[in-house]
Amino acid sequence: MKLFPDYFIIDDLLSNEQKIIRESIREWVNRSVIPIIDKAAQDHVFPKHLIREMGEIGAFGPYIPEKYGGAGLDQISYGIIMTELERGDSGIRSAASVQSSLVMYPIYTFGSEDQKMKYLPRLASGELIGCFGLTEPNHGSDPGGMLTHIEDKGDYFLLNGSKMWITNSPVADIAIVWAKDDNNVVRGLIVEKGMKGFTAPETLKKWSLRASITGELVFDNVEVPKENILPNAQGLKGPLKCLNSARYGISWGVIGAAVDCYNTALKYSLERKQFGKPIASFQLQQKKLAEMITEITKAQLMAWRLGTLKNDDKATPSQISMAKRNNVDMALNIARQSRQILGAMGITGDFPIMRHMMNLESVITYEGTHDIHLLITGLDITGIAAFE
Amino acid sequence: MKILVLISNVPDTTTKIRFTGDNTAFDDSGVQWIINPWDELALTRAVELKEAGGVDKITVANVGEKSTEATLRKALAVGADDAIRIDTTANDAFYVAAQLAEVAKDYDLILAGIEASDYNGNAVGGMLAEMLDFNSVSAVSGIELEESNFKITREVDGGSQVISIGGPLVAIVQKGIAKEPRIPAMRGIMMARKKPLSTKEPVEGVNKTQMISFELPPPKTACKLIDEENANEVITLLHEEAKVL
Ligand SMILES: Cc1cc2nc3c(=O)[nH]c(=O)nc-3n(C[C@H](O)[C@H](O)[C@H](O)COP(=O)(O)OP(=O)(O)OC[C@H]3O[C@@H](n4cnc5c(N)ncnc54)[C@H](O)[C@@H]3O)c2cc1C
Repeated sequence: MKLFPDYFIIDDLLSNEQKIIRESIREWVNRSVIPIIDKAAQDHVFPKHLIREMGEIGAFGPYIPEKYGGAGLDQISYGIIMTELERGDSGIRSAASVQSSLVMYPIYTFGSEDQKMKYLPRLASGELIGCFGLTEPNHGSDPGGMLTHIEDKGDYFLLNGSKMWITNSPVADIAIVWAKDDNNVVRGLIVEKGMKGFTAPETLKKWSLRASITGELVFDNVEVPKENILPNAQGLKGPLKCLNSARYGISWGVIGAAVDCYNTALKYSLERKQFGKPIASFQLQQKKLAEMITEITKAQLMAWRLGTLKNDDKATPSQISMAKRNNVDMALNIARQSRQILGAMGITGDFPIMRHMMNLESVITYEGTHDIHLLITGLDITGIAAFE
Repeated sequence: MKILVLISNVPDTTTKIRFTGDNTAFDDSGVQWIINPWDELALTRAVELKEAGGVDKITVANVGEKSTEATLRKALAVGADDAIRIDTTANDAFYVAAQLAEVAKDYDLILAGIEASDYNGNAVGGMLAEMLDFNSVSAVSGIELEESNFKITREVDGGSQVISIGGPLVAIVQKGIAKEPRIPAMRGIMMARKKPLSTKEPVEGVNKTQMISFELPPPKTACKLIDEENANEVITLLHEEAKVL
């Protein structure tokens, strides 16, 4: 059986280089993620050593120019990397998504030359870990209502407020924090670990993304030097542009989780016998498997086409919303169906399905919920916003 | 110090092998091609030696058609500095060695895989050493650079042997030469774009062998599982069905 189903031969649409990229990340995931990931998730610990390894292989900021430590790759390559990482685990992919699209991308897009030189190479190598603080306890789907704010004190900005559900926060060396200024305009700041008044407690007892670390960001009169503000981001479109890049990556990433579930279920259904036959010979199981491969194929085509649009800088936020929503939902459904095919075995850590399924419950919520993305499509086709 | 690593382009080890033309030719449709696993380990060791200092350049060479260039690009991404492809069809070990001899003479160390995972020919490295009049050691599982010599570990029956030998040298390497193949990093893949991959015309040469036909092993028959409580049944089956008792 092929490791990765490619029913519509999308391989022919990839360059040799993109195929080498895929093989490399795939091999790295086989060597470094698969052998440890079940235990990490069961124990609810983030395998932090993988950050350095991901830096070495080049999984952080692959599309950032070489000058700043990236690899200068195209968007399809970025997507392929995300797919392969998420075949391992959505939590590992989340760490890479955040580092690439929510930390390196804003510094690269909105930062000064000094900021780029100071942070990007060390983020690319994994020497520094970053996080992205937008969501607040009382403002999730509606980040525009955020309360976190900065006050101009002449020499510095005084930062107050708090952020919640922040991937990587307890282990992060820097945080990209979005806060309102004296004129109520959303600005981005680079807040460094160790700044007085800044803490990042961990969020415990998650049933999802257990191998990823999540926490809060608490700012109690933090004095942030003026040179730490991102000069070129003003307003909510700053963070939203970052989310576009991350959501695009997720639309590819979840295909990896879906494929891992599908492969597991297909193999199991051919081996498991009931009533004297492999369960794969029963129509109900075939229906599940056939629908899974159909949905995976549709998702692959959507992600690939979105990648070409993104390479041409033509992908719209609404297109990205549609792909994120469709593909995450596809992956979660496949995880649920696959789990049933495995019967009782499906609930154990001997198979990856239940872990993927629980992970995907976060993925369908973060980076814009399933509902919100639908309303974005609704707005796009009707011109009427139904979420405010 | 210049190292040449011979790269053979072989079907992925999980490929389902089929033949065409009445079993006279390998059917390469839908096949994924990879660097021969032994060559990949050899290249990994070459890169390690270069990283440790003392190696100026690593070249990879392949005798093959244009389609093998993807494999050479991967070798460049792993860390070779340049690549040479000799543009001809590789069917016969002697012919391949004769082609490689043309490009290999200027190197101090040549690493050849002990075999290629396609035809298991086991021949090119030794032939090449003979043609170039270079030293040659086979079954090499470790290589270190010394002042003017190479320190070589070889696998021998039941143990290993350490020898010192001067260059230029053809080392025919086997598993153990490097721990695991180096995975190309994204930056390496990007840099490989700009590294030189040159094509050379083949020189006159003869194929000493001609392919007559291939034969697949008989398909594996289903295996019979016998309950551990029924050990006697095993004896009955070995006696009556397998007729070996
Ligand atoms: C594991 C994990 C990691 C995360 N990492 C980060 C991170 O790194 N950085 C960061 O900033 N955030 C992060 N988040 C936060 C995430 O982006 C938010 O959870 C998400 O935006 C939803 O916000 P909320 O949880 O407050 O839900 P709410 O906004 O309260 O939504 C609750 C429900 O109401 C629905 N809803 C809300 N508004 C509407 C409406 N107008 N119309 C219809 N339905 C509506 C939603 O769809 C949802 O079903 C993370 C979340 C998780 C679970």
